[in-house]
Amino acid sequence: MPTYADTQEARANGWMAEAQPDRVTMRLLVIEDDRAAAEYLVKAFREVGHVADAATDGEDGLAMALDGQYDVLIVDRMLPKRDGLSLIGALRDKGIETPALILSALGQVDDRVKGLHAGGDDYLPKPYSFTELLARTEVLARRRGGREETVLRVGDLELDRLSRLVRRGADEISLQPREFRLLEYLMKHAGQVVTRTMLLENVWDYHFDPQTNVIDVHISRLRSKIDKGFSQPLLHTIRGAGYMIRDGAR
Amino acid sequence: MTALGKLFRTTTFKLTLVYLIVFALFAAFLLGYFALNTRRLITEQITDTVNAEITGLSDQYRLGGIRRLVIVVDSRARRPGSSLYLVTTPTGEALAGNVTALAPGILDSPGWTETVYRRLDETEPPEHPDHQALVRVFELPAGFRLLVGRDLDERERLYHIVLDAGRWSVAIVVVLGLAGGLFVTRRVLRRVDAMTETTRTIMAGDLGGRLPVAGTGDELDRLAENLNAMLERIEALMFGLKEVSDNIAHDLKTPLTRLQNRAEEALRAANSETEYRAALEAIIAESEGLIRTFNALLMIARAESGQARDDMSEFDAVEIAHSIGELYEPLAEQKGITLKVEADAPAPVRANRELVSQALANLVDNAIKYTEPGAPGVNGVTPQIVVRALNEGDRIVLTVADSGPGIPEADRGRVVERFVRLEQSRSKPGSGLGLSLASAVARLHGGELTLTDNEPGLKSVIALPRGGPVQIAG
Repeated sequence: MPTYADTQEARANGWMAEAQPDRVTMRLLVIEDDRAAAEYLVKAFREVGHVADAATDGEDGLAMALDGQYDVLIVDRMLPKRDGLSLIGALRDKGIETPALILSALGQVDDRVKGLHAGGDDYLPKPYSFTELLARTEVLARRRGGREETVLRVGDLELDRLSRLVRRGADEISLQPREFRLLEYLMKHAGQVVTRTMLLENVWDYHFDPQTNVIDVHISRLRSKIDKGFSQPLLHTIRGAGYMIRDGAR
Repeated sequence: MTALGKLFRTTTFKLTLVYLIVFALFAAFLLGYFALNTRRLITEQITDTVNAEITGLSDQYRLGGIRRLVIVVDSRARRPGSSLYLVTTPTGEALAGNVTALAPGILDSPGWTETVYRRLDETEPPEHPDHQALVRVFELPAGFRLLVGRDLDERERLYHIVLDAGRWSVAIVVVLGLAGGLFVTRRVLRRVDAMTETTRTIMAGDLGGRLPVAGTGDELDRLAENLNAMLERIEALMFGLKEVSDNIAHDLKTPLTRLQNRAEEALRAANSETEYRAALEAIIAESEGLIRTFNALLMIARAESGQARDDMSEFDAVEIAHSIGELYEPLAEQKGITLKVEADAPAPVRANRELVSQALANLVDNAIKYTEPGAPGVNGVTPQIVVRALNEGDRIVLTVADSGPGIPEADRGRVVERFVRLEQSRSKPGSGLGLSLASAVARLHGGELTLTDNEPGLKSVIALPRGGPVQIAG
């Protein structure tokens, strides 16, 4: 049974090396024309236990995406032969809904909007950190086919989306609206790492850099409400990556 | 291209030529018309006179027969400046008159003819060309012929005078027009050449050059003034660009050097995996800081270039103030600072929501960063930051007021520039781009960022026109 000490160890080793019970092997396709970058990504994904292939131009990438059964596509926006957005558009036209994450050197908000509009599911500006990419990819893979549950549960923590009630064990926890949304997002992705940027984007809908780590303070407030006084912490800090809500007792 | 060739190729000269041809044709037509009509008029007068004389003479013939006619014709023919007369027998012998050397066969056909002739009383030598006359031959009863005519010299002289006048006036129009055209063309060409010369030096890199303005307010002046305004703007942009690249070079080199130093130090001194890991983590943190600075710079560049103008939407500034206040409130509280949002009355505005949020976030972040942590209960005063969103007529105002150390008045203009951080703040984290971005965002919307004294503390004010950016101010 993993204990708090396990979490501490996980922190020391970095979360990527940790054997996570919830981590399912994903099949990934990296479409990136920079060979070194593509190889790096394939290697890094394989190291954490996923299966990854690479394509170096838009046409190959499209053929492979049409052919293989991938869980997530990681698509560079600027590609030879066929650019990333048109590739995703072509896939969607053929009814293939594999989630796609767009990587781009164009990081502006309107570029992001264009990317999502073209059928992309997430947008990550270059330069990115692998931890951020991994976290987002895992969230995308999980999203697939997932139905929206009304009541989210992690261990003895329970969040009811309709009545907006939160309980831990027998205790009712009172949360501010934003804290509720924060917890809801974390619980929706229970067992997965969510980064600070993902929280800022999905809970606050801001796409800029708030300079100071404001998210950390919000998390520590939330943590004091849901974990304080309980022997088993649920909300974990994953060093160098972000946060994860997880039932350590499982 | 020769100087003359260049002159002939100008628009002004081509216009001159067109006008010249039009006016010359007009002059020629006018004088030609005049000449023809004069000639016709004179011919009519001659015919009238001749007809009247013939009527008179045939009356004389009817009254007194051929004898009387001959007497009358003789006396008339002798008068100075008289008409031309000739009376002949049916066989063609001359009975009276003052002409000879008529074209043969004239007398056989009654009616009007033009013919050569010579006066009988003429003393000039025969080699002199014969005169022209318009004559009418009239057949009297009993076969006698009567010829009356007028000399045409006068008519021809007048005709030629008018024709000459025509030729001369066309020639003068052409000469004067050409000269005037050349003069005007050369003047315009000189000014255009001066402009071309200036633009060439500007293209060669001297952005300080300006086109000459003659001060007459004509179309060339207007063009020059507009081009000068454009150059002014380009120069300002170039200067800004140069300043940015200088600043980037200066301020990005520092963290890059630190990054390199850390890597080198790890290679040299680290022994255990833990030490390597620590060094690598520090390097990643450093590079994240660099990326952050870079993103802020791109954001500013984007705001300044005006691209973000496409992303405008209607929203309530009050809602932004509350949202940003909510985002930063825990951070302030952690530092022992009270963060209050005072925004009630709606303040609708048309702007780029994301950028305005970020600008306000930067101001709040700064306020928290530079306000000393409070220790409630110690002096009885908790430091306070107040965020306000107000509706002020045709603009909305977002203010962030803190009770921190403030910024000395002399430095307030400077801190808005990129990378400027006052010495006392060097120790604080941050890129030094927060205020520059806020200022760039305000300017993008046609508004402004002002820093004032909050007595004590700093009050940062973003004022935005409510309807969004108007035209780009010169």
